[in-house]
Amino acid sequence: MNPDAKKTLRKLLIAVPLMFAFGFALVPLYDVFCEVTGINGKVFQSDYEDELLTDDGRPLAIQFISTNNENMPWVFEPSEKVMKISTGEYYTATFYVKNTTNKKMVAQAVPSVAPSNAAAHLKKLECFCFEQQELMPGEEALLPVKLLVSNELPKNIKNIIMSYTIFDITDYSDEPMAGHEMNMEH
Amino acid sequence: MLLKYLGKFQYLSIAALMLIANPIKADWFALNMTRGITDISNEVFELHMLIFWICVAIGVVVFAVMFYSMYAHTKKKNPVAATFHENTKVEIAWTIIPFLILIAMAIPASKTLVKIYDDEAGDVNIQVTGYQWKWQYNYLEDDISFFANLSTDADEIYNLVPKGENYLQEVDEMVLIPVGKKIRFLITANDVIHSWWMPDFAIKQDAIPGFVNTAWTKVDVPGIYRGKCTELCGKNHGFMPIVVKAVEQDEYDQWVSEKKNVAMKLAELTTKEWTTQELVDRGEDVYALNCVACHQTNGQGISGIFPALAGSDIVLNNKEKNIEILMEGVQGAAMNSFSYLSEVELAAVITYTRQEWGNAENGDGEIVIPKDIVDYKQPKI
Amino acid sequence: MSAVIENHHEDHHHGPAKGLTRWLYTTNHKDIGTLYLWFSFAMFLIGGAMAMVIRAELFQPGMQIVEPEFYNQMITLHGLIMIFGGVMPAFVGLANWLVPMMIGAPDMALPRMNNLSFWILPFAFFILLSSLFMEGGAPNFGWTFYAPLSTTYAPPSVTFFIFSVHIMGASSIMGAINVVVTIMNMRAPGVGLMKMPLFVWSWLITAYLLIAVMPVLAGAVTMMLMDIHFGTSFFNAAGGGDPVLFQHIFWFFGHPEVYIMILPAFGIVSHIIETFSRKQLFGYSSMVWAMLSIAILSFVVWAHHMFTVGLPLAAELFFMWATMLIAVPTGVKVFNWIATMFRGSITFETPMLFACAFVVLFTLGGFSGLMLAITPADFQYHDTYFVVAHFHYVLVPGAIFSIMAAVYYWIPKWCGNMYDERLGKLHFWLSFIGVNVTFFPQHFIGLAGMPRRYPDYALQFADWNMVSTVGAFLFGVSQLLFLFIVVKTVMGGKKATDQVWEGARGLEWTVASPAPYHTFTTPPKID
Repeated sequence: MNPDAKKTLRKLLIAVPLMFAFGFALVPLYDVFCEVTGINGKVFQSDYEDELLTDDGRPLAIQFISTNNENMPWVFEPSEKVMKISTGEYYTATFYVKNTTNKKMVAQAVPSVAPSNAAAHLKKLECFCFEQQELMPGEEALLPVKLLVSNELPKNIKNIIMSYTIFDITDYSDEPMAGHEMNMEH
Repeated sequence: MLLKYLGKFQYLSIAALMLIANPIKADWFALNMTRGITDISNEVFELHMLIFWICVAIGVVVFAVMFYSMYAHTKKKNPVAATFHENTKVEIAWTIIPFLILIAMAIPASKTLVKIYDDEAGDVNIQVTGYQWKWQYNYLEDDISFFANLSTDADEIYNLVPKGENYLQEVDEMVLIPVGKKIRFLITANDVIHSWWMPDFAIKQDAIPGFVNTAWTKVDVPGIYRGKCTELCGKNHGFMPIVVKAVEQDEYDQWVSEKKNVAMKLAELTTKEWTTQELVDRGEDVYALNCVACHQTNGQGISGIFPALAGSDIVLNNKEKNIEILMEGVQGAAMNSFSYLSEVELAAVITYTRQEWGNAENGDGEIVIPKDIVDYKQPKI
Repeated sequence: MSAVIENHHEDHHHGPAKGLTRWLYTTNHKDIGTLYLWFSFAMFLIGGAMAMVIRAELFQPGMQIVEPEFYNQMITLHGLIMIFGGVMPAFVGLANWLVPMMIGAPDMALPRMNNLSFWILPFAFFILLSSLFMEGGAPNFGWTFYAPLSTTYAPPSVTFFIFSVHIMGASSIMGAINVVVTIMNMRAPGVGLMKMPLFVWSWLITAYLLIAVMPVLAGAVTMMLMDIHFGTSFFNAAGGGDPVLFQHIFWFFGHPEVYIMILPAFGIVSHIIETFSRKQLFGYSSMVWAMLSIAILSFVVWAHHMFTVGLPLAAELFFMWATMLIAVPTGVKVFNWIATMFRGSITFETPMLFACAFVVLFTLGGFSGLMLAITPADFQYHDTYFVVAHFHYVLVPGAIFSIMAAVYYWIPKWCGNMYDERLGKLHFWLSFIGVNVTFFPQHFIGLAGMPRRYPDYALQFADWNMVSTVGAFLFGVSQLLFLFIVVKTVMGGKKATDQVWEGARGLEWTVASPAPYHTFTTPPKID
């Protein structure tokens, strides 16, 4: 084969695994893109921020939705379905969970926010969705979400939906568990 | 057999016969998208027709030139071919003009899309969850929740009886909404990806497990509107339709309070005394709706894939395990948890399987009452 | 030493080896082209048989012939086989036969890899088809295999499906590498890039697309494999993954894939229209730029398959506009074909009939594509039979007609015999009528509200479904006529001249018919 052909061949043989790697790179790229643009309704843990606090916040309603993924028999409900809040203040919402089976189980809650462009302005200090939740048979708990909606939220949004889906990950979990208090107020 | 004698006309005859014998509501005039009954759906329809007519116009012009050439420039009519093979001016023109036409299309299209995305709170908010293979509706304000299953009989599907007018488009529970109010749908799924489509509202959003999509509508015309699942979700993807009924506000309010009553009544039913026959009768209906797809009407399942319930050791002899499987599903198998059913339904269906197909005689014959399910859910420590 | 050389020299004049081993071990581009073409014809008939099962079930409302589970296996395999076993190998076969001859090269750059690229295909499809007999049945999640239906809820055969896709992908990648290296390095002196025949250009661009996106498909199925067997959560929300991520990765491959399936068709049609109009192709350089623009744009439109997934408004707008833009270079090509015919001196032999039908019917498919690009309207079209009508128009009277046109056009060069013109025309007309009766009504039922991948339907869709099925059977049976014509031609027929067609231009027409086993062992002189 002539040397030029060999050069072309070499370039292409490098291009192939590069594109394969690109496919895998799309996985973290997807999250980075979502985080940077604030779209897709994903919210990550934030730190306490003084600057976001304000007394001039405007009223807003947050609706909480809970969904059980299939094969997840726990009771899972928001303590309040709708919370009327102001932007620029911290609030704590809770979700009631109960393991109704006779086995120890571990759950993962997955959040979803609508509209998606609200996600960038929703700051979560604490969320039960950040960690896996373990419950003994029959155990109940109140799981907290501590959040703030920044005043930067576009004015046309007057209602935010925070949805959580719980999945049974008992067979998959090997990570440190979230601890939570045993006092039930329901 | 008669058809054989028709020779080459047999296929034509079959087609003709089918036309005559065709079930009611077969429709040669079902040609176009529906206008629907909302402002948005009408806007979408107009957009569709605009683009369609532009395409027709372009097609007519372009094909006219082509067909003319195919007629007038044959070798016979034009024995000496011309030699031109480029013309920069013309090429620029037929690049720019289509580009401008596209811009003209993009403007109204973008406007309509922005309207659809105007995603504000609804007066009524309904969480829609896709399951394999039914939809669950959860009215967030009023805390009403129910499932909607296809209600077309299997006999119609398997051609044993004639098909009804709303074949494959009817359900056992309609979604009621009040006219004139903004309704917001929060769409998700329990297992695989489904998609919730209401053509009359021009709403289609995928139902994705773990995520919530939103859609909204405002219906001003009372009526019954039918939709379909539009994302392949397994075996019965074609068998999980949607029916929404838009009614005047007072009829809606009445329905809401009835549904709340039903929830209360269900609580009462859980504590009342049930006879075995009552449980079996109720259980037979629950079984037909939820279990038949896999375990089959005769309880034999499908060998190698879905276990038989008739003669099953657990169903015959292990009431505790029987309840556990229904409540928690079986890890690593297709059997899901059915804990979302009411205690009455669970007790009824388990009792039905324990009594039917000779199971009562061959096993311990123990029945399950709603209180057993309530007890199962109690803390054990 | 000289004795060895002499022996080698003599072997050349003796032609190809005899017997079955010739086909197993061949490194000759003509043989390998033939293997690909026969393989793709066989897969076309198998995929077609599955289409017959699908349409037979849809002849009337109700379940008559198969169960919904099996129906889902049929639609999945039909798609996979037609795309990866029918269209793509056919185009590779045409590339193998024609590219070396068209550029004056003696063979492909990597003849042994060429052999491997072919022979792993029957192996891959054997695995895929045998999944029909595995417990749980064949893949049943659609050719687009979205997660989690294709991961958590898939039958056991999914692992074999993944293995099979990896092999098909490897075959395509190797073939594409071969094409690029050949075209970039083995053109005879005088065959400059902007002098290359358009089929060669179309394959150069297609090959780059394949190299760019087939590895991404490999990544997607590897992630699936890991989710299914190794406890990862790429597409599983419970573990922090996202089913929508699958769709992004898949369609990043999937959209360029459909252009991979049409660009060679564009090349073929350009050759045929030029020859039978007896007039030089209009706007050569625009044709090249148009194909390049289409290829580049194809990378930034993938999410138009995902308009209902819940993308943010900005994304939906961007993908709508970018998708609409592709109509511009595509339109330029259609206008240039018509301008080539205009004031030409046209005759309508079978290849030209197929090529003209391509121009009209592919354009129809393009119109429905433009309608689909309009996002708010797409909310009503997505996942309905309107989409099915669109892609079958661009693939069947699009890609497949171009392949048939290519066979009729070049078979006299390949085997030295003319096909039977009357039978060819009959095949054309039956196919033309069949294809339109099958797919045109699908626009209606899609608009009227019938979703795709449904084994049964509500009553208002019955009439047009019945018509569509009749058309499908007509089309299907006509392909048996095509088989007959091809076999008959290979076995004998009127002897073809070297030029074959009066208006034909290009290096392949300067060699004898049938083309000698080795052509252009010394580069030709180009003026």
